[in-house]
Amino acid sequence: MLRRLKIGLAVLALVATPALAQRTDISVGMVLEPPNLDPTSGAAAAIREVTYSNIFEGLTRFGPDGSILPGLAHGWDVSDDGLTYTFPLREGVQFHDGTPFSAEDVVFSLERARAEDSTNAQKQLFAAIETVTALDPLTVEVTLSQPQGAFLFNMAWGDAVIMSPASVASNATNPVGSGAFRFLRWVQGDRLELERNPDYWGEAPALERATFRFISDPSAAFAAMMAGDVDAFPNFPAPESLAQFEADPRFNVIVGSTEGETILSMNHQNPALADIRVRQAISHAINRQDIIDGAMFGYGTPIGSHFAPHHPDYLDLTANSPHDPEAARALLAEAGQEGLTLRLMLPPPTYARRGGEIVAAQLRAVGIATEITNLEWAQWLEQVFRGHDFDLTIISHTEPMDIGIYARDEYYFQYDSADMKAIMAELEVTSDPEARTALLHRAQRHIAEDFVVAFLFQLAKTGVANADIEGLWENAPVPANDLTGVRWAR
Amino acid sequence: MRRAPLTLWIGAALTGVFALAAVLSLLWTPYDVTAMNIGARLQAPNAQHWFGTDHFGRDVLSMIMVGARISIAVAVVAVGMGMVLGVPLGLLAAANRGGLVDEVIMRGNDLIFAFPALVIAILITAVFGPSAVNAIIAIGIFNTPVFARVARGGALSLWTLDYIRAAEVSGKGKLRISAEHILPNIANLLIVQGTIQFSLGILAEAALSYVGLGAQPPMPSWGRMLAEAQTMISFAPHLAILPGLAIVLTVLGLNLMGDGLRDSLDPKLRRAR
Repeated sequence: MLRRLKIGLAVLALVATPALAQRTDISVGMVLEPPNLDPTSGAAAAIREVTYSNIFEGLTRFGPDGSILPGLAHGWDVSDDGLTYTFPLREGVQFHDGTPFSAEDVVFSLERARAEDSTNAQKQLFAAIETVTALDPLTVEVTLSQPQGAFLFNMAWGDAVIMSPASVASNATNPVGSGAFRFLRWVQGDRLELERNPDYWGEAPALERATFRFISDPSAAFAAMMAGDVDAFPNFPAPESLAQFEADPRFNVIVGSTEGETILSMNHQNPALADIRVRQAISHAINRQDIIDGAMFGYGTPIGSHFAPHHPDYLDLTANSPHDPEAARALLAEAGQEGLTLRLMLPPPTYARRGGEIVAAQLRAVGIATEITNLEWAQWLEQVFRGHDFDLTIISHTEPMDIGIYARDEYYFQYDSADMKAIMAELEVTSDPEARTALLHRAQRHIAEDFVVAFLFQLAKTGVANADIEGLWENAPVPANDLTGVRWAR
Repeated sequence: MRRAPLTLWIGAALTGVFALAAVLSLLWTPYDVTAMNIGARLQAPNAQHWFGTDHFGRDVLSMIMVGARISIAVAVVAVGMGMVLGVPLGLLAAANRGGLVDEVIMRGNDLIFAFPALVIAILITAVFGPSAVNAIIAIGIFNTPVFARVARGGALSLWTLDYIRAAEVSGKGKLRISAEHILPNIANLLIVQGTIQFSLGILAEAALSYVGLGAQPPMPSWGRMLAEAQTMISFAPHLAILPGLAIVLTVLGLNLMGDGLRDSLDPKLRRAR
C-alpha cells in the first residue's frame, strides 16, 4: 500500500511539474502614473520608473548600487585633460521599430537635449558639453568646455537616454527605444504593458511580459498585493502594512534608500514666504521625527538640507532647524506675520497626504493656518510644478545629486540666490574631489541656513514583492524599476 | 393620550445620543480634536482614550463627536435645502396638475433622478473643489426631487377634497390654497420623508468624505476616518469599527424614528388603529 502510494506520488509529481514552470510575467504596482512616456521631456519620476533601462538606454547606466555601468557604449576613454570622452558603441543594436542604432543617434539625442529650445527637465546635465561628433558609425566623441567629474554619471540619468530621430516625436505616447523590453500598450488610468524585445543586443531578460499597474490608493494597493493582482510594489504606499507583509511568508519586504529628499516646499513668490524669518519659523515649527513616525511609520531619515544621507559628501544639518515652536512664534511676531494663512497643496503619495496633515497641525501650533487641498498627480504637475500656483507643498525629489535645483530661479519654488548660483557654477568647473566636497558642503549649508524650504526626511524605499521574485532593486539610486534582471525563482 | 410606537422611542434615543454628542462637541471634547500626539498613536481603547487613538495620536472619541456634528450639520442643511426647493416645486406642480408647469417640473425631476448622485457630486467637487459646503450642495440637489414628488403626491389627493373645492369657490388663488390648506396637511408626510432623507444624507456625506470629496482635513469626518482606517484594520480595528458603528447607529436610529413617526402621524394608519 505504501509503495503504491509512493509510486502514485511520483507520478503525480511528474504530471504536476509542467504546472510549476517558472512564471515569465510580472505585474508591478506604482503609486503615480506617468503623465507621458518620454523621459527626455518631463520631470515626473514616474516616466523613468517605467522606461529607465526597460525601454530606453543611455551611453552609461546606473547599477542597483548606484555605480556607473556601460550602457549603449561598451566603455569609455577619457583624455588626460578630462575634456574629451570617446565612447565606443555596441554593435548590432537596433531600436524597437527596426531602425539600426548608430553614432548619429547619439549625436542627435545629446544635441537635442542641450539645445536652446530643449524641453529636457534636467538640462544642466548637458551644460558642459561643447561638441558631440560621430567619428565613425560606432564611435562618438564628446568634448567638454571644462572638465566635469560627474559626466559619466550625468549620462546615466533617465533624462540622457538615446533616441532615434525617426521615433522621437511619438515617444510620449509610443516610446521606441533600444532596451530589453518594448512598449505594448498603455491603458491610461489603469496599466501599461511591456513585452520582451526579441532583438535585444544584450542578455535576454527572464521576463516575457511586464505590466505596470497604477494604484494610488493605499488600501487598494494593499488589497491588490494580498490578492496577488500585483506581484511587486517597489514603493508601497502604506508603510503601516509592511509589518503584516513581513510576517507573511508569501512576501518579501525590501527596505532600502532612495534619492528622495522629501521637503515642505515654499513658493518664494509669495511675499510672506520671501521673508526668511517666516521660512525659518516654518522650519522650526516642523517636528521631523513626528512626520516620519506618523506618516511613514518610522521609515525615513531626518534631513536638514537637500542631500542624501548615504552620500559621502552628506552633512547632517538637522540641528540647524530643530523643532522649536517658541522660536517659530517669536520669528513670526518679528516678521509681523501672526495670523498667516497658507495654501498647502498635496499630491497623492502617502508621505504628502499624511505628512501634510501633520505639517498642518504643527504649523497650527505656532499660529500659521493652512488650507489643505488634495490634488491628483496630473493636477499637481499642472498647477504646482508648472503653474507655480501654490504656497506650500510636500514632494519628494527623487533625482540623484539634485541640489542644483536651488540654483535655478525658474524651478517651481522659484528660489533666486546669486550665491547659490555661484556655488553651483563653481562646482561645474571643479574636478578636484576635495574641492568638490567643500563646494557641496557649502551648497548644503547655504540652502539650510537660508531656510529655502523646510527639509523633512529622506524617503525610504519600502517595497513589497512576492517572495519568489528575485532581482528587484533594493535601493533607488535613480527613479527606476529596472526589470532586466528580474526573474521568478520558482 | 395615545402611546407612540416603540420604534419611535428607540430611534429617537439613538438619534438623540448622537445629536447630544454633536451639540456637546461645540462646547467640549475630551481632547482637542486636531491635536496630534504622535507618541500616543494607535492606542487601543483605554482609560485615557475611551475609543483609543488614531495613527496621528488623535483621540477617536473626540473625532467621532465632532464627526457627528459635521455629519448632522451637512445632512440637516442638505435636507433643508432639498425641502425648501422641492416642496414649493411639488405644490406648484400639483396646483397646475396636468398642465405644462406640472410636466416641466416633474420631467425636470426625472432628469435629476436619472443622474447617478455620486457622479454629479464628483462633478461639483471637481469644478469647485472638495469641501463640506460642496458636499451639502450636491446632496441638497438630489434631495430636491424627492421632496417635490412627495409634496405633489400628497397635494394631488388633497386637491380633490371638498374643503379645497370650497376654498377655490370662495375665490382663493391656487398659490394661497397651496400655502394655507395643502402645506399644513401634507406636513406629516414631509416630516416622515425628511427623517428618512436625513439618514440618507448622513450616508451620502459619509460616502463622499470616504472618497475624499466631503469635509477636508483637519476637520474630522466619519467617512474619512473609515477610509484612513482601512489599511490599519489588521492591527487597529477600533479605528474602522467605531466610526462605522457611529454611521450605522445614526442611520438606524433615524430610520426607526422615521418609521415610528409615520406610524403615529399618518392619518390612515391612525384610523386603522
